Amino acid sequence: MAAEQANPLHQFTIERWVPLHLGGIDVSFTNAAFFMVAAGVVVTLLITLATRRRQMVPGRWQSVAEIAYEFTANMVDEYVGHGGERYFPFVFTLFMFIFVGNFLGMIPWAYTFTAQIVVTFAMAAVVFIGVTIIGIARHGFRFLTLFVPHGVPGWLLPLLVVIELISYFIRPFTLSIRLFANMVAGHAMLAIFAGFVVSLGLFGILPLAVTTALVLLEFLVAALQAYVFAVLTCLYLKDAVHLH
Amino acid sequence: MGGVFLSLAGGPPMDERDSQDPFRDLGERLDEARRRRQSARDSRPDDDGAAANRDALGLAFRIGLELVVAVGVGVGVGWALDQWLGTRPWGMIVLLFLGFGAGMWNVYRAVTGMGMAMGTKRGKPGQAEHAKDTGWSDEDED
Repeated sequence: MAAEQANPLHQFTIERWVPLHLGGIDVSFTNAAFFMVAAGVVVTLLITLATRRRQMVPGRWQSVAEIAYEFTANMVDEYVGHGGERYFPFVFTLFMFIFVGNFLGMIPWAYTFTAQIVVTFAMAAVVFIGVTIIGIARHGFRFLTLFVPHGVPGWLLPLLVVIELISYFIRPFTLSIRLFANMVAGHAMLAIFAGFVVSLGLFGILPLAVTTALVLLEFLVAALQAYVFAVLTCLYLKDAVHLH
Repeated sequence: MGGVFLSLAGGPPMDERDSQDPFRDLGERLDEARRRRQSARDSRPDDDGAAANRDALGLAFRIGLELVVAVGVGVGVGWALDQWLGTRPWGMIVLLFLGFGAGMWNVYRAVTGMGMAMGTKRGKPGQAEHAKDTGWSDEDED
């Protein structure tokens, strides 16, 4: 086995499939880009094809689309509340993209683009900037009261406003690092234990069992992290829509 | 409009009503759908153990990172401020503790679900009450 094959982080290497440079900027079509396009195509096909022949009693695919819709609709309804309906398409797109991306990454030899901090941070930044703009557009200067907690003694207020500001501005970081770190850690762990299976020979049965369990855990994490990302987006939207 | 009142008061038999005007009992049907939706919403927290489980798991995965990132970002911003203003090492020290405080508070709020600020658990019950009246309408909030 080659040394680079044994490196558990090798799976995250970006490969330029179609090298492309525009004005000194590297815009090559990479393996990560391919799987992002694939995720977009899968989601679009799933939703459009599944809802093409709508029936009162849904078929298999229509059920999938309906479950995805209702799950997200309930989430937006529950966490954002009234006034959040108009942001449903955004949350749905985000959730489906991350969900399908995570699950595409579970296919052997596939590339997990959600394990790239650039990708997750870009999504988190869109959420953060979007929520800030929505909040200011809806409430104007009153949006700043978000940083002033209720019922706090006056001498403590300046300190708490600073802390609130910090906790507001770390949102895109926690949001992006959570998804990125979970995907990297999980997939690297899988690669490490799978590597032991070969090198331990007959005793490889033990790491094989661990790997099997880890694959199941990774499926759980893949779904859960997409859910957590969407829920946090909803919570942030709630702040922008309702203030406190 | 008279048709709606007629159908509320009993009205013509079912098949006749359907063939005449599909919008006739629309208000009635909308009310019915809203009632069903509201009762589903009311019963959700009590009997839906799977949703509670999912939420708990999501929370557990969420808060672990909150503290670390807050401290990290605090130190990073402090370091950058020091580079810019030449106040080394004070910006980093102060922001380290502020970041630590912000992280602690975020975790505390995420766990207790206090309604006082951002990142807390879910909409207040009052909002759900309000949503009951209007459902999924697109009208603006006050």
